[in-house]
Parts: sequence; structure tokens; C-alpha cells
Amino acid sequence: MRGHGWKWLLCTPALIVLLLAASGPLLIVAVYSFLSPGNMGGVVWDFSLEAWFRVFFRRDIFEPDQVELNTAHLQVFWRSVWLSLQTTFICAFLGFPTAWFIATRPRHTRTVWLFLITIPFWTNLLIRTFAIQEMIRNNGTINAVLLWTGVIDSPIQMMFTEFAVLLGMAYVFLPLMVLPLYAAMEKMDFSLVEAGYDLYASRLNVLWHVILPQVKPGFIAGSILVFIPAIGAYVTPRILGGGRTMMLGNLIALQFGQGRNWPLGAALALLMLVMVVGALIFYLRVVGRNDGVRRG
Amino acid sequence: MKKITGWASAALLGTTALASAEGVVNLYNWGNYTNPEILERFTAETGIEVTLTDFDSNDTALARIRQGGHGFDIVVPSDTYIDTWVSEGLFQPLDREIVTNLGNIAPQWVDVPFDPGREYTVPWAWGTTGVIVDTSVYSGDINNIELIIDPPAELQGRINVIPEMSDVMAMTIYYHGGERCTTDRDTLRAVRDSLMSAKPHWLALDYGAVDSYAAGDFAAGIYWNGASMRVRLQNDNFAYGYPATGYPIWMDNAAVLADAPNPENAMKFINFVLQPEIAALISNFARYSNGITGSEEFMDAEMRNAPEINVPAERAEAGRWGQACPQDVNDIHTQIWTELMQ
Repeated sequence: MRGHGWKWLLCTPALIVLLLAASGPLLIVAVYSFLSPGNMGGVVWDFSLEAWFRVFFRRDIFEPDQVELNTAHLQVFWRSVWLSLQTTFICAFLGFPTAWFIATRPRHTRTVWLFLITIPFWTNLLIRTFAIQEMIRNNGTINAVLLWTGVIDSPIQMMFTEFAVLLGMAYVFLPLMVLPLYAAMEKMDFSLVEAGYDLYASRLNVLWHVILPQVKPGFIAGSILVFIPAIGAYVTPRILGGGRTMMLGNLIALQFGQGRNWPLGAALALLMLVMVVGALIFYLRVVGRNDGVRRG
Repeated sequence: MKKITGWASAALLGTTALASAEGVVNLYNWGNYTNPEILERFTAETGIEVTLTDFDSNDTALARIRQGGHGFDIVVPSDTYIDTWVSEGLFQPLDREIVTNLGNIAPQWVDVPFDPGREYTVPWAWGTTGVIVDTSVYSGDINNIELIIDPPAELQGRINVIPEMSDVMAMTIYYHGGERCTTDRDTLRAVRDSLMSAKPHWLALDYGAVDSYAAGDFAAGIYWNGASMRVRLQNDNFAYGYPATGYPIWMDNAAVLADAPNPENAMKFINFVLQPEIAALISNFARYSNGITGSEEFMDAEMRNAPEINVPAERAEAGRWGQACPQDVNDIHTQIWTELMQ
């Protein structure tokens, strides 16, 4: 009994940190979302559902009695989710062959390849984003080369387009997909692939029925690692997309900044959290359903 | 060379040791805004050590000071926020026994609406928000906000607007003849409609765009005067216009906090930066005017006569102070802005 008590005690520092650092601020955000905006930021302690009302509905600016669905907020939410989904898909598509390549190298060179994958992490995100901008801007590297070789006559507008945003996002998040995929592949039993071929399975069949089920945990981990930060990303879309449209992160930041409506910002942030957790649970249920078969 | 560096660091260590005896002053200012030379000179002259902490927005600064326990002596917020700072009792009045250089403030910046008679604050830097135009692309009158909200064909699709809700809203409201915080529905409707129809012609809403202008990515935009000068110095096709229908003036002001741990040192520092030579160091670093009489002669040559920094006399009249609008008006602005950016 006594031993058990001691083990509990050893956990307490971690538990306290978790409780204070994770749940505490979250609780404050939740409480704030039910209060009224204060003068020049902050909140006043008047209970109000106004913030939550405003997340979903808006009063017409010019006819305050008319209430309509807040399509602007929904649009921003959808844009963030859609961008994250696309990013996750692109990363999975590019990450799989990359991880496969690394996993099939001789053991001693794998470390080198992995090392190369992690190099971008050494540099600040902002600097890397500006580097991409330098490459794709109208008089940037790519356009300069294409113009010089005569492939094009006038520069291609790549900056401030959806292409630029997806390029930036995929570049930033790709390592987060490659690393878990590699980890899964490294543990993979390659004799199963040989067995598949011995049983006259086609290449596609081997990929689909032998390899993919084995690396599925890698895909799950990678997708989560990419999707969640991507939904809150706003530096990359803002710089490469030119900030013409808002992301969820911008919308929340606006309320805490120039909008000076902290309760609305808190409600939006909380909704984003609920959505991410919801998506995670759904995803794990659907994708992780036949987990037992994997090692079968 | 090594020897010199050695001596220099020894000398530096010496002053540091000396400084701690005289105490410290803790400055809380915008990032990339404080010329390190000012701090060095102040320490050399008074022996008081200066620590510098950055903030990135007025809201951040206000929120942090409100919480208390910050340990800062001096803060440098913008004009629209001064009212809130003062009314919440966050500043202490300037100690006129120590701050004897108040007379150096240029007359037009003494009786400012946010601090009449300069009871609490002194100017740090000020500037304007206007229109920047590539004159090789558009050759007409550039003192016109229409270039952005109803752009001519040659500028369409090549416009960048700073994503500052207050500046963009203000200039559009002035264009439609309204006051900064008007509640007139027809005006606000016109503002919304003209912004919505202008947006398709905007290529980007970007802050850090000096390089992008100079490189020719943008041909026009709403931009700050100091940044516009930096663009012109890189590409002299660019010129800065002051919209005749009205353009925002802003000023960041230094003040001593009510709960400053070192109020006396803080007052000394405030007095120190009111000297023309020191104020010029602010401008040379931040690239904005400072509001201190006689500082021009100590400014870098390229700033002294810059049309972006020195508002032409015939354009001065259209300049207007910002104003923090009441929450219900601000909510309408946010709603229009969100609709614009959705």
C-alpha cells in the first residue's frame, strides 16, 4: 500500500503541470467565452451568450433586427479545414515514397537520409517561408530561370495564389509525415512482401494488402501530426497567400487584437478545439477500426 | 585587433559594474524600434542601466501591464490607446522637476487630443498612413485613396493593402465623408460596398512588403510613410501620397507607469530622449519623425528632406488623429472586415 502511495507522489509534479498548464488556461478560455467584452480588450464579468451567438449568427449591420447565419465565419472555418485536409493528403502522397526510399536503404545510410529530412527544423518557420517566397515571386529564382531559358515570356504569378499556399504548407509539414511513416516501415516485416510475391500477388496487391496495413499506424500518426497544426496555421497562408483571405487563426487573432472582442475570440478558439478533437475521434474510429488485423 | 576587442569588453564590463550602482530603468517598447545607441549613451551619461523588452501590439502591451507584476518603468503605446491607459490610472504624471526638456516638443504636438498639455506622455515617434504608388505605372494625382478603393485599370490586380483594420476603415470612411467612429448607416453601407468591390482588385493584404514593392510585385497600396520611404530608397519610381479626403496620423508616446519600480530613473530617461540629438537617433533607427524641435539637423540626410517624413504644408490639413471607437462601432468594423476577408 505504502509503495503505491509513493508512486502516486512521483506523478504529482507532472499532474500539477498538466492540470495548471493545459486545463487551467483552457478553463479560462471557456469562462471568457461566456462573458462580455471589456473596454479596449479584456472582459467584464457579465454573463452573456452573445459571443456564442455571434460565432454562428450575425445581425445585419444595417438592419439589426434581421438575424442570419454567419456565413463569413463558416467560410473561414471551412477554408482552414479544407486547406488542412489538402495539406495532409499531399504530405501523405509525397511522404510515402520518401519514407519508403529511406527505409529501403542500407542501415548505415538511413541515418544520413533521416538527418537530411530533419534539417529544415533547424531554421525558423518564418525564414523558410520567406525563402520560398524568394523562389516563387515574380522576379524570383524560378521565374528568372524560366525567362532566361526562354520557356516563358512573362513571369508566372505564383505568389499570392492557392498553389503558393499549398506548396508552403506541404513543405513545412512534410517531415512530420515522413518521420512516423519511416518509423512504421522500419518495423515492417519485409518477408511478408516476399511471401506476397511468392503467392503471385501483383505489385498493387502487395502494396494494398501487405504494405499499407503494416504502415497504417505511421499514416495515422503522420496525418494527426500534420492535420492539427495545419488547421491553426496562419503564417504560411498569410505570407504566401498574401493574406487576402482569413484563416481560422487570423479570425481568432483579430478578435483578441483590433476587434477587441475577447469573448468572441475565446468562443471561436474553443469551437476550433472541439472540432479538432471531434475530427480526431472520428478519424481514429474509422481508420483505426480494424487495428487488430494489422499484425495478424 | 584582438587586443582592442579585449580592452573594449573590459571597458564595457567596467561601465556595467558602475551602472548597477546607479540602478536600472526598464523600457517596454515596440520591437525593432529602439536605437541601441540611445541606451548606450544614456548609460554612459547617467550610469543607469537600461533593459529593453519588446511588445508587438498595443493590445499585448495593455493586457500585460493590466495584469500587474510586470516590473516595467516606461511604456510606449500609440495615441488611440492613451485615453484607456490614463483613465485606468496606469500612468503617473510627468515629474516636471526632472523632465525639464518638455519645451523641446514641437508646438503642434503639445496640445494633442489624447494628452492635452502633455501631462503624462512625450512623443516617441509619429507617422502617417497613406498611399504608395509606382509612378511609372500610374502617372496621375497620387493624393487620392480612390487609387486603392476604386482603382484605375493599370493598378488593378497589383495592389497591396496593409491588413490594419483601423487604417483601412478610417481612410474609407473619410472618403465617404464620415467621421472616424460614425454610426451613420448609409456611410457604413457605402464603406462596406466600396471595400467589397475593391477587394477583387487587390493582390495581397501584406505587412512586410518593402521588398515586394521594390521588386515590382506591387504597383500601389495603402502603406505607412516610413516604410514607403524605404521602398523609394530602393526603387525611386515609388512616391507616397496623402489622400485629400483624409488620412490617419498616429503617434507612439512614452510614459512612466504608475507602478514603475524606478520612477525617478524613468523620468530621467524620458527627459533624455527629449533632446534633439537623441530624438534624431530614434528617427534614424525607426525611420519615422519624432516631434522634437531641432532634431532634423541630426537626422540622416536621406530623411531630412524626405517627402514621406515631412508632410507637405498643403497636405497637412487632411491628416486626422486616430480614435478608438466604442465597442458597438468597433464590432461593426470587425464585421465588415471579416466579411471582406472571409
